[in-house]
Amino acid sequence: MSRFLPILCCCLGLTLLSAPPRQNIPATEPPAPGPVPQEVLVAAAADLKFAMDSLVKAFPAGNDISIKLVYGSSGNFYEQISNDAPFDIFFSADLGYPQKLEQQHKTLTPIKPYGTGQLVLWSKKLDPSKERMNTLLLPSVTHIAIANPAHAPYGQRAEESLKHYQLYDKVREKLVMGENISQTAQFASTGAADVGIIALSLALSPQLQKEGKYWLIPPATHQPLRQGFVLLQHAKDNDGAKKFAAFIESARARAILKYFGFGE
Amino acid sequence: MTDWQPLWLSFRLAFITTVLLLVISVPLAYWLAYSRWRGKAVIEALISLPMVLPPTVLGFYLLIALSPSHLVFTFTGLVIASLFYSLPFMVNPLLSGFKSLPPALREASYTLGKSGWTTLIKVLLPNIRPSLLTGIVLSFAHTIGEFGVVLMIGGNIPGQTRVASLAIYDEMQSMNYAAAGRYALVLFALSFSILLTVHLVNHHFSKPDPLS
Repeated sequence: MSRFLPILCCCLGLTLLSAPPRQNIPATEPPAPGPVPQEVLVAAAADLKFAMDSLVKAFPAGNDISIKLVYGSSGNFYEQISNDAPFDIFFSADLGYPQKLEQQHKTLTPIKPYGTGQLVLWSKKLDPSKERMNTLLLPSVTHIAIANPAHAPYGQRAEESLKHYQLYDKVREKLVMGENISQTAQFASTGAADVGIIALSLALSPQLQKEGKYWLIPPATHQPLRQGFVLLQHAKDNDGAKKFAAFIESARARAILKYFGFGE
Repeated sequence: MTDWQPLWLSFRLAFITTVLLLVISVPLAYWLAYSRWRGKAVIEALISLPMVLPPTVLGFYLLIALSPSHLVFTFTGLVIASLFYSLPFMVNPLLSGFKSLPPALREASYTLGKSGWTTLIKVLLPNIRPSLLTGIVLSFAHTIGEFGVVLMIGGNIPGQTRVASLAIYDEMQSMNYAAAGRYALVLFALSFSILLTVHLVNHHFSKPDPLS
């Protein structure tokens, strides 16, 4: 262990040496002209990954307001926000989580729906539209990725759909769980899982469209994935957050969401 | 009701990993300690790498490497990952143990006509018992504490890859604080008692050296 000490000291020394000049720059240079862009911290369900990037690009006030995005599972965000995480807006893949936040008085505005999520069967190697749900029973399918039903709405709906087809008990041993729907998609897209039950919004992303094929799981087989967003208490004095929220309700934003597979 | 399976799984993983690491690391550390090959610094650096690399780097490479062989999302896959992840915690204590031994010990054994193997088993290893113990305990404890890598390549399968650290995280996210608290307490108490035992035993070992 003692051999590491000199290295550690070197690293520390370098960090200390490089840090001070940076801090000194503001004192010697005149302040940058114009107002500092306002920051909005957005917690977004992982199925919005690609849609949200497009939304931020299309946001007209994007030059003055910097939108910082954090993706994760809605359950995780609920947990963090109810412990006062400093998010301004919360996009949830399930209306239940924002409703609970409303009861805890963590929200600023009523919950506004922005679309309905859609489940698909996605595979890199197979064509799920041939065998449809029975793809999951193929002997070559050893791992099926779903989002963790404990805190990811897409995982809960995937489980319901499997139960609807009476497949759940048959494929139970094959299920592997992603932290959120985007890790689930990653499991499927690396081929680590043979099939993934993921969000249409991710299957429509340029990366996944190139790499594999998907089949739409009929929405009637599970509870709807009604999604909504809400401004949080932290955004009380943040005009940028309010402007971004207003933009999400505009026709332009609706069109983008629709393009990425979010239904009315 | 506490589900004991994740804890049991963690212990099984840690046990298997530690045994395998012991088998791999004794010859490896022996070779590193006594070899005169110049390139061994590279090997030493590689072995220590998992200590400083973010687990996500390891997770990324392992996911890519294990995907084609269908070992990803399996218990075996986790064992392979843990071998890399905990290797430095076994090799480094053994290595410093070997290096701290006076050369006279080995030379005396050779002069008395003992083979390299007998010297290792009967002379060197008994003399680095504290390092052996430290290596075993650190690799065991470090494997129990594995989280990032397991999250990336495990797939959270109950009974297969859902180890205790993941179970705590899951219970947290599902707001079952009581269950999370129980797992956490077990791990806390266990890790503390393991480390305490090591320190007590090592105190006992560190009697004055007759050769110095």
